[in-house]
Formats: sequence, C-alpha cells, structure tokens
Amino acid sequence: MIYLVRTLISGLSLGSIYALMALGYTMVYGVAKMLNFAHGDIIMVGAYSIIVAVSQAHLPPLAAVLISVAVCACLGVTVEFLAYRPLRQAPPLNVLITAIGVSYFLQNAALLVFGSEQKAFPSIVSFPSLSVGGVEIDGITLATLAVTAVIMASLTLFISKTRIGKAMRAVSEDKGAAELMGISVNRTITLTFAVGSALAAVASIFFGAAYVYVRPTTGAMPGIKAFTAAVFGGIGSIPGAMLGGIMLGIIEQFSKTYISTLWSDAIVFGVLVLILVVRPTGLLGRKLNEKV
Amino acid sequence: MKANLKNRLCSKNAVTLYFITALYLVVSILVYGGWASRHLSSMLISISCYIAMAVSLNLVVGMLGELSLGHAGFMSVGLFAGCLFSIYTVGTLPLIVRLPGAMLLGGSAAALAGLVVGLPALRLKGDYLAIVTLGCGEIIKNVITNLNITGGALGLNTSTIYSGTKTLLPYAIALVFITVLVMMNLKKSKHGRAIMAIRDNRIAAESNGVDVTYYKLVVFVLSAFFAGAAGAIYGHSFANVKAATFDYNMSIEVLVIVVLGGMGSINGAVIAAIALKALPELLRDISDYRMLVYSVLLILIMLLNSSPRFADMKGRWSIGAMYKMLRYGRKAAVETEVSHGHE
Repeated sequence: MIYLVRTLISGLSLGSIYALMALGYTMVYGVAKMLNFAHGDIIMVGAYSIIVAVSQAHLPPLAAVLISVAVCACLGVTVEFLAYRPLRQAPPLNVLITAIGVSYFLQNAALLVFGSEQKAFPSIVSFPSLSVGGVEIDGITLATLAVTAVIMASLTLFISKTRIGKAMRAVSEDKGAAELMGISVNRTITLTFAVGSALAAVASIFFGAAYVYVRPTTGAMPGIKAFTAAVFGGIGSIPGAMLGGIMLGIIEQFSKTYISTLWSDAIVFGVLVLILVVRPTGLLGRKLNEKV
Repeated sequence: MKANLKNRLCSKNAVTLYFITALYLVVSILVYGGWASRHLSSMLISISCYIAMAVSLNLVVGMLGELSLGHAGFMSVGLFAGCLFSIYTVGTLPLIVRLPGAMLLGGSAAALAGLVVGLPALRLKGDYLAIVTLGCGEIIKNVITNLNITGGALGLNTSTIYSGTKTLLPYAIALVFITVLVMMNLKKSKHGRAIMAIRDNRIAAESNGVDVTYYKLVVFVLSAFFAGAAGAIYGHSFANVKAATFDYNMSIEVLVIVVLGGMGSINGAVIAAIALKALPELLRDISDYRMLVYSVLLILIMLLNSSPRFADMKGRWSIGAMYKMLRYGRKAAVETEVSHGHE
C-alpha cells in the first residue's frame, strides 16, 4: 500500500512538471493554432540561462529566475516574429516543418554554445519535505504542484477577465472576425508567445530541479510528452492541460514501477497514440466540426 | 507514335533517369576499376539508401501533404527484419538470392509497420498525425532495443553478413532505380493524381469520389516498404547495427532532404540526397555545424516558399528557370515565369 502511494506521489511530481509544460503548449496552440515544436527547447534554454546566471554570474536565485523568464519571453517573441509570423497564411504543413526547424536550431545552437556534456542544475530552491502517514513527500513536488495550480488559476483569470485575455479568446475563435473588431491579431499572438515562453521559463526551474542535469536535447522528448498531455486534457483548455499532465505523469510512473523501466517510453507513446486516435478532442476539449 | 516516343525519351522523368544512370555509371567505373578512394566507396551505399528513403518519404510529405516523422522507424524495421533473415540464411543461400530476399522481407515487414501506423492516420491529419508518427517511430525504436532477437541495447551483430561496397553497389543501384521508377509512374498515374488531390483539398477530392482512406493507407504502406528495403541494404554495410541510431534525428535528416529538393519533386529529392550526404563528408571541417545548417535550411526554405513577402522571388533561382534562361534567353524565361504564375 505504501509502495502504491509512493508511486502515485512520484507520478504526481513528474505529472506536475508535464502539466506546467503543457500549459505553455495549450496557450500557444489555442490562440495561434500551431504546434510550437520549439516549446520544449525554450524550456532547455531557460534551464541553461539559470545555470549561467547562478554558477557563472553568481546572481541570487530570484534574479536568475527573472532573467530566465525574460530570456525565454524574448526568445519566444523573436522566434514568433522571424519564423512563424511570415507563415500566417501558409499551409499547416509548412508551419509545422518550420517549427521543427526552429526546435532543431535551438538544440544545435545550444550544442555549439554549451557543449554536448550535461551540466548540473544549481539547487536554487529547497523546500522541507512533508511526511504524511509514513509517506515522505518531496518539498519540490509540493512546490511544483502549488505553482502549477497557482499559474493555472491566474491564467484562467487572465484569459477570462482581462482585455488581452478576451482578445486572445477572440483570435482563437476567428482570426478574421477578430481583426474586423479592431483586435490586432499579430500583437495578440506575439503576446501569447511571450506568456507561453515565460511559462516555459518557470517550467525550466522545476524541470531542472527534478532532472538535475541539463543537456541541449533535454527539452525535446519531455516537450513532446507535455504536448500529448495538453491534447489528453483537451487542447486549448487550461484546466485540461493540468489534468492531462498529471495523469500522464502518473501513467508513466506506474508503468515504470509496475511494468518495466525499459518499456515505459513505449507505453507512454502508446498512450499518446491511443489518445490522439480515440479522443483527439481530449478530456475537457470541445469538439470542432469541420466546415466545408 | 514516333512523336510520342520522342516526347517520352525527352521528358523530365527520363532526364532524371539519364542523370542517375550517368552518375552510377561513373561511380561504378571508379569503384570496379579500383580508382575510387575508400572514402568515396564507403559513402556510396549510404547515399543510395538515403535517395530511396527521401524519394519514398516524398510520397507522404510531398504528394499526400502529411508529415511523417517516423520514417527512420520504418527503415529500422526493414533493417532488422532483413538482416535477421540474412543472418539465418547466410550459410544456405548465395548472396544473389539472399540479399534481394532480405530486401523484400525487410520491405514487407516495414510495410506492415506502415499499415499499423497508417491506420490511425485515417482519423488524423496535420499536427496530430505528425505527433502520432513521431510516437510510433519512438515505440519502434524502444521495442527493437528491448527485444532479445535484435541484440538489445548492444545492437545486432551483423559481421557475418557484412559486405563491402563492391558487392552491395549493384543491389543499391537496383533499389534506387526501382524506387524512382515506381514513384515517377505513380505520380503520373490516376492514383498519383488522386493522392495529390487529397493534398490540395481533401474535402473536394472526397466529394469527387476519391477514396481518401484507401489512398492514405496505400501511401503509408508504399513509402514504408521502400524505406524498409533501403534499411535492409543499409544494415548489410555495417558490422553492428543499433536501433538507437534510427531515431527522430534521422527522420528529420530525411525530411530536410525532401524539403530541400522541393516537396513533391522526385528529381529534387535525388539531387538533395546526393548533395546533403556527400557535401558534409567532403567538408569535414564544418561537420560541427552540419545540423545547425540543416535547421536553418528548413526554416529558410519554408519562409521562401510560403511567405507572401518572398512570393515574387519564388522560382526565379530554380534549376528549371536557369535552364529556360539558357534556352530561350532572359526575357522569355521571365515571361514563361509570369504566365506560370497566373495559371
């Protein structure tokens, strides 16, 4: 029983990181209607900027986090401006290939700048662990869960209450009609990328704390899994991203513990394929009808 | 009848075949005459396999208009099936039967995998389909790495069936020719037009009686078959093969070739495969930047291709435009360009 609870908790810890990453995917996908393949790599850049800020510039943790958020937001906006904006009217296939190109570019640029060997992530946050009924819960797990929940709540508020949030929803609904109502589609999408990439920076803190080592390719596969989590919960839905992320993390941890570590990747990707095929609208997503 | 024959002999497809024939003729003379350096001959098999891979991926990406990120997975299914067949029959069958057999078996195994991956493709398109193919590629890699029969994480020992370039080259040439011929004829046939109609407008194609489900499956199976056959040959040129080599990065590499050659263009895929595989080998100094250059190429080609800002530049620097300029003079070339643009 304790074993089961322990697996559940480590699944929760993994899942909360996926959830944090999935929030960024779902924001961008919901508004810009494109899969930002590079999101996972922006998380990698965020982790590297914290490493540089703490171990080389010897900045205090809070400053390092702020720098990382700024770097990621700027990177997201730059990528959007240079690579995605010229393709607004292009077929989805071309946008997807460009996004893969950007992801690949970031990985290889990081490889040239930081080298291929892994770098240790500085322990900038430490929380006391909590013991409930003989089960130890890591402080970092609790912190990740709390931060994800807070971000989820504030994003929901942001989307539903503020002017910019309304603009985002309008662009997500119908770009042409939004433009006619006086909303600048380009500005809204740029803002979405800035917010999404800032979330990537926040994710990189907890990601780095959980995985300890960072490499140029660190972000890619977890990024794909987090996208699956976003689809699992229903793409475009903010509570869905959190739900999907946590469920995916628990599934991965359970298959690692009870089936095999070797097969866990195959199982997670199997779940991915199954979800996409059986229920592409996700748990909390809305069904979209195809218009002719 | 005579004019028809002349047209066929001078058609664009025929020119591509002449080009490949001439290239392989030169290469064969070099290899069998003993003038080829070890370096050159070691590249030939890999380049041939990449041509077959790129031309077959072009069917999915260029003609069907869907992104497949699991092409390396299909290749590795074909590679392991073909090599296992070869290893078990190495004592009993001569090479001339064994290798085509391995290619056929590898191709069929990969085609089966293509069918399994293609089934979800019936419901999905765009981003979701790309992710599913990526996921399937990773599952294939994971399964092969964890099976005992394929040597596990250490890789499959293929030293008993290892053959040098001199032995493998005829088979590789045959593979390239068959792949290119099949794809060219498919593109010109009724079926090819149906596939391209699905790419251009799925709903319109469907309402005109094109069986979208059937064609999507055919495309996935066919493209996986040739990737698998290429994999079988590729495996014979190594003494040890690991499934981990055939990951997402390799699929991207093939995708870069297809995109650089021009999506949908078979000759383009052939030329790009040769250029992208031969150049980094010749320019060893910049090998660190190879992947970076690939990614920049991907982004730039997509921007040049579909951004309205660069629309009037499109086609002006293509090989076709240069040929027209040489043949008809600058003015005529620009005029045909314009008339093409308004079609």
